Amino acid sequence: MAITRDEVAHLARLSRIELTDAELDHLAPQLDQIITAVAQVQEVAAEGIPPTSHATGLVNVFRDDEPVPCLTPAQALDQAPAVELGRFRVPRILGTED
Amino acid sequence: MITDRYSPVIGLETHVELGTRTKMFCGCTTEFNRDHNGQVCPVCLGLPGSLPVANKKAIEYTIKIGLALHCSIASWCRFARKNYFYPDMPKNFQISQYDEPLCSDGYLDVVVAGSTVRVGIERVHLEEDTGKSLHIGGATGRIHGADYSLVDYNRAGIPLVEIVTKPVDGTGELAPLVARAYVTELRDLLRTLDVSDVRMEEGSLRCDVNTSLSPVGSSVWGTRTETKNVNSLRSVERAVRSEMERQALVLDGGGRVIQETRHFHEDTGTTTSGRSKEEAQDYRYFPEPDLVPIAPPAEWVEEIRASLPELPSARRTRLQAEWGLSDLDMAALHNADALDLVDATVAAGASPADARKWWLGELARRANEASVELAALAITPSQVAVVAGLVAAGTLNDRLARDVIDGVLAGEGSPDEVVAARGLAVVSDSAALTAAVDEAILADPDAVASIRAGRTGAIGVLVGAVMKATRGKADAATVRSLIEQRLG
Amino acid sequence: MSELTRLTAADMSERLRARDISAAELTEAHLDRIEAVDGKLHAFLHVAADKARAQARDIDARRSQQENLPPLAGVPVAVKDVFATVGMPTTCGSRILEGWHPPYDATITRRLKDNGAIILGKTNMDEFAMGSSTENSAFGPSRNPWDLAKIPGGSSGGSSAAVAGYEAPLAIGTDTGGSIRQPAAVCGIVGTKPTYGGSSRYGVVAFASSLDTPGPFGRTVLDAALLHEAMSGHDPMDSTSVDAPVPPVVEAARQADVSGMRIGVVTDLSGEGYQPGVMARFTEAVELLEHLGAKITELSCPHFKYALPAYYLIAPSECSSNLARFDGMRYGLRVGDDGTRDAEQVMRLTREEGFGPEVKRRIVLGAYALSSGYYDAYYGKAQQVRTLIIRDFEAAFGQVDVLVSPVTPTTAFGIGERADDPMAMYLADLCTIPSDLAGNAAISVPCGLADEDGLPVGLQVMAPAMADDRLYRVGAAAEAALTDRWGQPILSGAKGLDA
Repeated sequence: MAITRDEVAHLARLSRIELTDAELDHLAPQLDQIITAVAQVQEVAAEGIPPTSHATGLVNVFRDDEPVPCLTPAQALDQAPAVELGRFRVPRILGTED
Repeated sequence: MITDRYSPVIGLETHVELGTRTKMFCGCTTEFNRDHNGQVCPVCLGLPGSLPVANKKAIEYTIKIGLALHCSIASWCRFARKNYFYPDMPKNFQISQYDEPLCSDGYLDVVVAGSTVRVGIERVHLEEDTGKSLHIGGATGRIHGADYSLVDYNRAGIPLVEIVTKPVDGTGELAPLVARAYVTELRDLLRTLDVSDVRMEEGSLRCDVNTSLSPVGSSVWGTRTETKNVNSLRSVERAVRSEMERQALVLDGGGRVIQETRHFHEDTGTTTSGRSKEEAQDYRYFPEPDLVPIAPPAEWVEEIRASLPELPSARRTRLQAEWGLSDLDMAALHNADALDLVDATVAAGASPADARKWWLGELARRANEASVELAALAITPSQVAVVAGLVAAGTLNDRLARDVIDGVLAGEGSPDEVVAARGLAVVSDSAALTAAVDEAILADPDAVASIRAGRTGAIGVLVGAVMKATRGKADAATVRSLIEQRLG
Repeated sequence: MSELTRLTAADMSERLRARDISAAELTEAHLDRIEAVDGKLHAFLHVAADKARAQARDIDARRSQQENLPPLAGVPVAVKDVFATVGMPTTCGSRILEGWHPPYDATITRRLKDNGAIILGKTNMDEFAMGSSTENSAFGPSRNPWDLAKIPGGSSGGSSAAVAGYEAPLAIGTDTGGSIRQPAAVCGIVGTKPTYGGSSRYGVVAFASSLDTPGPFGRTVLDAALLHEAMSGHDPMDSTSVDAPVPPVVEAARQADVSGMRIGVVTDLSGEGYQPGVMARFTEAVELLEHLGAKITELSCPHFKYALPAYYLIAPSECSSNLARFDGMRYGLRVGDDGTRDAEQVMRLTREEGFGPEVKRRIVLGAYALSSGYYDAYYGKAQQVRTLIIRDFEAAFGQVDVLVSPVTPTTAFGIGERADDPMAMYLADLCTIPSDLAGNAAISVPCGLADEDGLPVGLQVMAPAMADDRLYRVGAAAEAALTDRWGQPILSGAKGLDA
């Protein structure tokens, strides 16, 4: 098996998607099939072949350190699901405070 | 002592907010804005469809920092995405650098207790800052127990340089001081480079400290913990010390140190465990496809190198030689954070000795009393130079000079204005002085007798009487010699 | 149907310039057409009738002031719902962005407006550009004007159906694995994937950042060229944007001469799984090009067979990261925030409800390919394969000026036919993916109807990066000769909407 149901459940959690059991049942075998197929890339002899992350060959594309007008707070908050005191209101955050 | 049984290894991770005019990947201003979410745009808000474009100045500053830390500058490197979910991160990934930092493999020398410790620098890389959350409903405004949070993205996207040291071992009981000295020296360096205003209290310089202990003689390093919320130089020292103590206790008791993130508390000077993670974070780093690689041309790097100002350590060496100071004297200046002040005072005309005397003496005392930093006192180096000059010229004696300083600190004006207003000039009119001396002699025949009998210490009594009579406005040395003259 | 909607964009441009027709009447004709057929086609998710009319009035006013206007001024265009458009919703075919109105325009949206094009509305697409049929749209599939029971292709199926159904003469889409070319092929129209970086991605909601390429649809090669030119060019807001002049595509489309051109047939893009009728029309098209003076060779690009697996590692990896921002915190759908749940739980519920199955599939696949321990064997390996494919292209283009192949192995399949078989669906991209991985330019030009089902077949022409003009030269030559042979434009055979 290329990937187990548990691994799929773990990846879904990592990706913040609350998959139902039915979805997991359905998705796991599909992913198993897909991963087996895409694993084909490992057949390719690629010793010493550099990976390509950018196809254009461009380097050093920069901007000057000059300010440009930005959004107004109203625009920024316009479609927020919840707003309070000029900020985005979000449900309580668990986890470490940095 | 802990360090009889255990060898500490420390490491520091510092984040520096760069002082560029705009954010790292967009043209939003970085200047303080009173409106929440008033300095955001589609890019730093991470709106669907937005794309980052790298700020050239931020890259220049990062290379500058790397060069000042004796690092190698990458000839080709990329940004990478660090993927994790958190509401203060608009894209739920942070654009950072992973295995290709812009600068790597350097060092920073720090002097602690008279010896030099070379702190290795692993890497210096560039990334973007997150937004800020306000936690509502909890007891102390902290995250635990909060009901909900309010997020402001003004800070999101501000350029951040991360500087990571190599592990520093062999410091023994000095570990806490080394940690503090490193952050201090780094801060001074960054300030000299003018790339950030490096204020720990304001968050433009943030420090995480890693600490581990291993049994003396063991070649295996212990488990390290990471301590966050270290917001001042003093806290750096205290955090390391506290962790060393805590870990020693655990190990002494036969326990295991857990690898975790801990939170430093200013009030208690101790650390508590952060939320322990069930699983280590997998950030799934991969090269950032929306940004093309950085390949700084050699000429540009050399241009930046040529533009480096005199670095703090070089400056200290030069000044120590110029001023003829011992290592100890120099260290005293450095530890008191008085170097810049003394240097400026000398530049304003005072002698190094005088400048040091005032800043490390009277002014340090005042600063301590008022619980402020030396630099925060309401007197400038040039003003101190003026006061020193007045003393050298004989217009003031030490006692009067202190009064003048009082006046300046109290906001009464410049030294000259205070002297005039308070009438603090030394009495140098010899007739008046002679008269005062004669009076004192007449008033204290016992002292006179002692002096004549060879107990010259008694002169001091008469000097004191004259000083009292002139309300301190005489020059003590002059008074003494007058007395000697009078009594033969 | 008004004969105005039957015109090519080039003709419309000419007649507008000559003040023979007005932008207002042209716009009205298209809005009428949409009204009449979109109930069946479902090409549009949003029709911006009032805005379009206002834009048209403005163009007419300016033209009457003798103002010299760009070629596309007054010409209607449909925009795939992946482009940010101020004042119009931008859903990307997803529930998670239902109702979202961006506060900014994509650069290309800006350019269309600056060129005076009339934006009729936003077209349907597979959710977040993932799919080959529009069946992954949260708002229902679009249909093929040739046969309403067939898919119009994807992910830019709505744009393709709109143009093939005469609802707009021009449309824009995005091509990541074939999402412009495949819909164009199965709908019998022209669609181009420009050189990657040749058209700005700023404001284009990202699926796979290193592959996404905005591009044009038109009923003719010249029409596509006109739009290609208007929408392309360097953009300082996009770091991956190429800073070079747009290749002379319009000129090449008008020139249409292939004599002396060296054309390579990619032998690896044929064989099992390819519908005989598709291969027949393709082979004939190649013979035709030879007849027109091109020199044909056969060559092999041996790593092309790894393009599909490499793509289905790279694209999901990038998308798993690109789609992380959809968490209900700042915009879009938020589910489950009743005061009892924490942020993480709300994110999970929001994404569960907001994303469709294909999107979830690819996000999880991407997370897998990037996870520590698997990165080297999957994502890392795929990027190496990508290098090898680029080298295959370089070697091939050392011998020929362009490469040709079918666009997709079959004609339009039935709606529902592959919906439950992701891997079968992925095979539609077999021929188109290599160009996306390499960042090269490629076009789909109609080359006939398959005997088995009478449905359109597309000829794919591929050119090196920044040589987009070659596509139009070859495409226009083939189009002219084929139209000549057929005696009428291929689209007149599209009977799906006659009823």
